[in-house]
Amino acid sequence: MQIFHRSANTLSKLSIFGGLLVVGLLLLFMNAFESSGWVTTQNEIQTQPIQFSHARHVGGNGIDCRYCHTSVETSAFAGIPPTKTCMNCHSQIFNQASYLEPVRASYRTNTSLRWVRVHDLPDFVYFNHSIHVNKGVGCSTCHGRVDQMPLVVQVQSLQMQWCLNCHRHPERYVRPRADVFRMDYTPPTDQLALGRKLVAEYHIKPVADLTSCSTCHR
Amino acid sequence: MHNQPKYIPLRETHFFKSGRSERPLVAGTVARGQLREDDLLYTGKVDGREVNEFPFPVTEAVVERGQQRFNIYCSPCHGTTGLGDGMIVRRGYRRPPSYFEARLMNAPVGHFFDVITNGFGAMPDYKAQVPVRDRWAIAAYIRALQLSEHATMQDVPPAERDKLNAQPSAPGSK
Ligand code: HEC
Ligand code: HEC
Ligand code: HEC
Ligand code: HEC
Ligand code: HEC
Ligand code: HEC
Repeated sequence: MQIFHRSANTLSKLSIFGGLLVVGLLLLFMNAFESSGWVTTQNEIQTQPIQFSHARHVGGNGIDCRYCHTSVETSAFAGIPPTKTCMNCHSQIFNQASYLEPVRASYRTNTSLRWVRVHDLPDFVYFNHSIHVNKGVGCSTCHGRVDQMPLVVQVQSLQMQWCLNCHRHPERYVRPRADVFRMDYTPPTDQLALGRKLVAEYHIKPVADLTSCSTCHR
Repeated sequence: MHNQPKYIPLRETHFFKSGRSERPLVAGTVARGQLREDDLLYTGKVDGREVNEFPFPVTEAVVERGQQRFNIYCSPCHGTTGLGDGMIVRRGYRRPPSYFEARLMNAPVGHFFDVITNGFGAMPDYKAQVPVRDRWAIAAYIRALQLSEHATMQDVPPAERDKLNAQPSAPGSK
């Protein structure tokens, strides 16, 4: 006696392959989803308490990053300027403008301006600015042309894969220390030759150390 | 996991009313080994008078450091040459005096250190942004700028003269 019709054979085969296909597609989708801007917050604009423009201050007025991000060369944290730093100039420039009132109010009442983080690694990842800056990794390599941004956006994914891509091949990205803060730096055509020279000169650690899990997860 | 219950720099706290997790020091606190006893180094003054000496030897490295720091923190107003024509001044900030005025040419170096530390008239102080040794390096660089104002070819060591005659490098390349 036949309980199942013969076509059930095809059906069962189909369901096996169909199932595999669905799982495969799901994995592909998850992968795409995980690296999409929606998850990594890449290129997303955050609403800030004040429309602070790097394009105006850095691009237009040529102020060096370190004028405001004072600890970027010496500590893990790049530093966000306190209100006093804004008041250095804005006590005189645009000192009546209504859009700067939050800055003046913060200064008068000694309360903090609440900037919203743009780049935010998970807390289980250790990142350090000073080592990168001192070994010739430029701001623009990781943050893009900040000097052209009216509002800062994150241009790289900041995923582990992105960090590792450079930690495996630092020679593709390092530049002379003197150019670290230059926004308009373009790598020379013989970047690999220069990169290898700088990797040796700056004693950049071997790839095995840079890709060891405990370098970033400690 | 992404945001663990710990404080990273500038993360907000709900425990204190100000929301600041970094707590201000109680007034008068001195960390071990950081008592600022050396008046010359920390104030540029001895017995209340501005000094005309440096607390440590001025080497080429110190002057180069001073140049770099001057260009970051001072050139927006004072201009890269010290004439007082920086970008922020062109945007409407009060114009500072040129460093080549006789009064400033004759001022003791301690004066420059003091101006950076405490500000001067319309100029804000830079003590939060520039650490002590860098302030001295900047003062040394200002002295170098002042010397360069009236320098002649005779002041340049012969070995370096060719460099001066060569094409100047593009601004901002240093
Ligand atoms: C006049 C002061 C000033 C200067 C000069 C300046 N910045 Fe900023 N920067 C800020 C302030 C204030 C913020 C916080 C507000 C924001 O995110 O836009 C900030 C934020 C940033 C952020 C985003 C931080 C986050 O939340 O993730 C990056 C990246 C950055 N700056 C890079 C640079 C670089 C690179 C330079 C030099 C080319 C530079 N900045 C020069 C004041 C400054
Ligand atoms: C070194 C001097 C300097 C400092 C420090 C500085 N600014 Fe400015 N800022 C300027 C100048 C000059 C302008 C006018 C720009 C122009 O017209 O090109 C300006 C313009 C602005 C504007 C108006 C920009 C626009 O798009 O119209 C805002 C808002 C502003 N600044 C906010 C800030 C904040 C917030 C800080 C502190 C993090 C700060 N500034 C620190 C010099 C400074
Ligand atoms: C190797 C890549 C890399 C380089 C080079 C780099 N940054 Fe960052 N930056 C990051 C990452 C990653 C974060 C997010 C850190 C976090 O969330 O803990 C960040 C965060 C910041 C912030 C927010 C405050 C903080 O420290 O979390 C500022 C401001 C900033 N960077 C400025 C700069 C400036 C100025 C330079 C150049 C001197 C620079 N960065 C060079 C990767 C880099
Ligand atoms: C463009 C290149 C580049 C990128 C991108 C980059 N790094 Fe690095 N990183 C370096 C170089 C070069 C060093 C210096 C190695 C040394 O100590 O000699 C370094 C060093 C480090 C160190 C210190 C290692 C040690 O043992 O002292 C840590 C931690 C680190 N990176 C974390 C990260 C993280 C986390 C990211 C991603 C968010 C990242 N890096 C992205 C180039 C990069
Ligand atoms: C160069 C720095 C770096 C190194 C080396 C590194 N990681 Fe990561 N890792 C990261 C960063 C950055 C993230 C956060 C990525 C994100 O937010 O999407 C991360 C995230 C992770 C996560 C969480 C993934 C998730 O989706 O939540 C795991 C698990 C992990 N790493 C394991 C490892 C292991 C195992 C190693 C060693 C083989 C390693 N990592 C080496 C930087 C690094
Ligand atoms: C925001 C603009 C600005 C910046 C940045 C600035 N200054 Fe000034 N500076 C001024 C102004 C304006 C004056 C004139 C003050 C007055 O006479 O009221 C001045 C005056 C001076 C004087 C002359 C004091 C006197 O006796 O007349 C010195 C010296 C000086 N600045 C040094 C510095 C140094 C060193 C730096 C960098 C650490 C610096 N300034 C950064 C605006 C600035």
